Amino acid sequence: MPVLPKDIIYLDNNATTPVAPEVVDVMIPFLRDFWGNPSSAYSFGSQVHAYVEKARDQVAALIGADPKEIFFTSCGTESDNSAINSALEVTGKKKIVTTAVEHSALINQCEKLQKKGIEVVFMPVRPDGTLDFKEVEKAVDEDTAICSVMWANNETGVIYPVEEIAEFCKLKGVLFHTDAVQAVGKIPINLKKNKIDMLSIVGHKLHAPKGVGALYIRRRTRYSPTIIGGQQERGKRGGTENVASIVGFGKACELAGQRMDEENTRVKAMRDRLEKAILEKIPDVFVNGDRKHRLPNTVNFAFDFIEAEAILLMLDKTGICASSGSACTTGSLDPSHVLKAMGLTPARARGAVRISLSTYNTDRDIDKLIEALPPIIKRLRAMSPLSREHRDNDSYDVAAARAKFEEEQVKEAKKELTSA
Amino acid sequence: MSDTKEYTLYNDKVMDHFMNPRNMGDIQDADGVGEVGAAACGDIMKISLKIQDGKIQDARFKTFGCGSAIASSSMATELIKGRTIEDALKFSNQEVVDALGGLPPVKIHCSVLAEEALKAALEDYVKKHPEAVEHAETAATK
Repeated sequence: MPVLPKDIIYLDNNATTPVAPEVVDVMIPFLRDFWGNPSSAYSFGSQVHAYVEKARDQVAALIGADPKEIFFTSCGTESDNSAINSALEVTGKKKIVTTAVEHSALINQCEKLQKKGIEVVFMPVRPDGTLDFKEVEKAVDEDTAICSVMWANNETGVIYPVEEIAEFCKLKGVLFHTDAVQAVGKIPINLKKNKIDMLSIVGHKLHAPKGVGALYIRRRTRYSPTIIGGQQERGKRGGTENVASIVGFGKACELAGQRMDEENTRVKAMRDRLEKAILEKIPDVFVNGDRKHRLPNTVNFAFDFIEAEAILLMLDKTGICASSGSACTTGSLDPSHVLKAMGLTPARARGAVRISLSTYNTDRDIDKLIEALPPIIKRLRAMSPLSREHRDNDSYDVAAARAKFEEEQVKEAKKELTSA
Repeated sequence: MSDTKEYTLYNDKVMDHFMNPRNMGDIQDADGVGEVGAAACGDIMKISLKIQDGKIQDARFKTFGCGSAIASSSMATELIKGRTIEDALKFSNQEVVDALGGLPPVKIHCSVLAEEALKAALEDYVKKHPEAVEHAETAATK
């Protein structure tokens, strides 16, 4: 049986968020009674259409957009992928400029496009995760189809100067897209006051359910759809509308607008208190990423000499949900590409734990974490061969170990193939 | 939701060895010490051995790594205690996997590292005590 939320302390809101009860309430009628297709001619279906449009207004209001500039999608990844695909198609150009710290939705798409002959510039970041504007000036040129820079980083919370970058791109005649899934609802966004051409949002990061997102496309921006089907979303995104989720997404955006102040005051104060307490109580801890230009809800700690997964498993035993910057559980030997791009040593990157709050967290949650963490860190450090004097095992042949690991993975994959 | 299969990353046995690791620590005046792995490729394991009369009297570990790395080193040290050097040299990671009741496929390399750490500790011992191996070899050929 899944553990009920009342038993857990949920501190992983950059991964996903609890669905707001108000959101569930507005969705239920569309699951139970008003399940008609909004494109139908008869009123039982078409009456639903008005609610989809109301949601569009609510989403638009949160980011200062015109409702006609909002196109519903299924997720942030779809929004990102569609924006990039469209830019390549409408411009006919073969170059993308992005950063080394984007979400895997963008990184992996760009890597695939690279194999197809598209030039991709992954701009490096500074050790504190921030971007030097000179990198943008150097990389973006008239051959660039699109420049895409995330508004805020999911792992560190670092905020990027996307409005300035959009301004620069406009002067160069280059499209600009931003993956704003982590920023929307946490910091004020007003698209009337900047030159951003396209922006990705997703519902489940702001207390709507999974499976609904949106792509903002500024009026008069040329666009070519990725999901091709009927005339839904004014021909820019085929597929019958996910009505209940869209209605929920709209409500969630309305709530996010109302709670933005709380996010930047009470939530930020909890994050700051947690950060201060952990830095005081635990030695050899570092905060990853620029602490000034950062989302109010996120802190990424690097605990030296221990590995994050072990910390998360022990936190889980106390009912606390947090996340790591390490890709350890996904079968890769590499730690987070974000921390790697920031130049953290592999040992330090492996000890990275991300705590991300929401307005549903309380001071009690923070107290629990402050109480639970120090003994866990102490216990794991007692088990570790690493210390200030011995920060890594430098005498080990890493290249040979990697080759061996790849071999094992291939063997495993073959085994799976033959058994299938 | 009771009709869904329970999904956890690790089984109970692995979790037990992670939460209550056996033989954690260093041996003072160890006869052989081996440290393998590096942070760049995942985990680091250190195994130290106390050897008497060609037999492993005591084994301890220290591990930098994920849950399965800690569980694998805990189990490996349990399994090799009491074994002769010859037997221990034949130790395979599969023994760790089996004794733990299985590891997720992506975590098999943790058990491989445990085998490597043990063998590195034995090599260290042999380097310091070449006579012990000669003795074992002549005993084996007889």
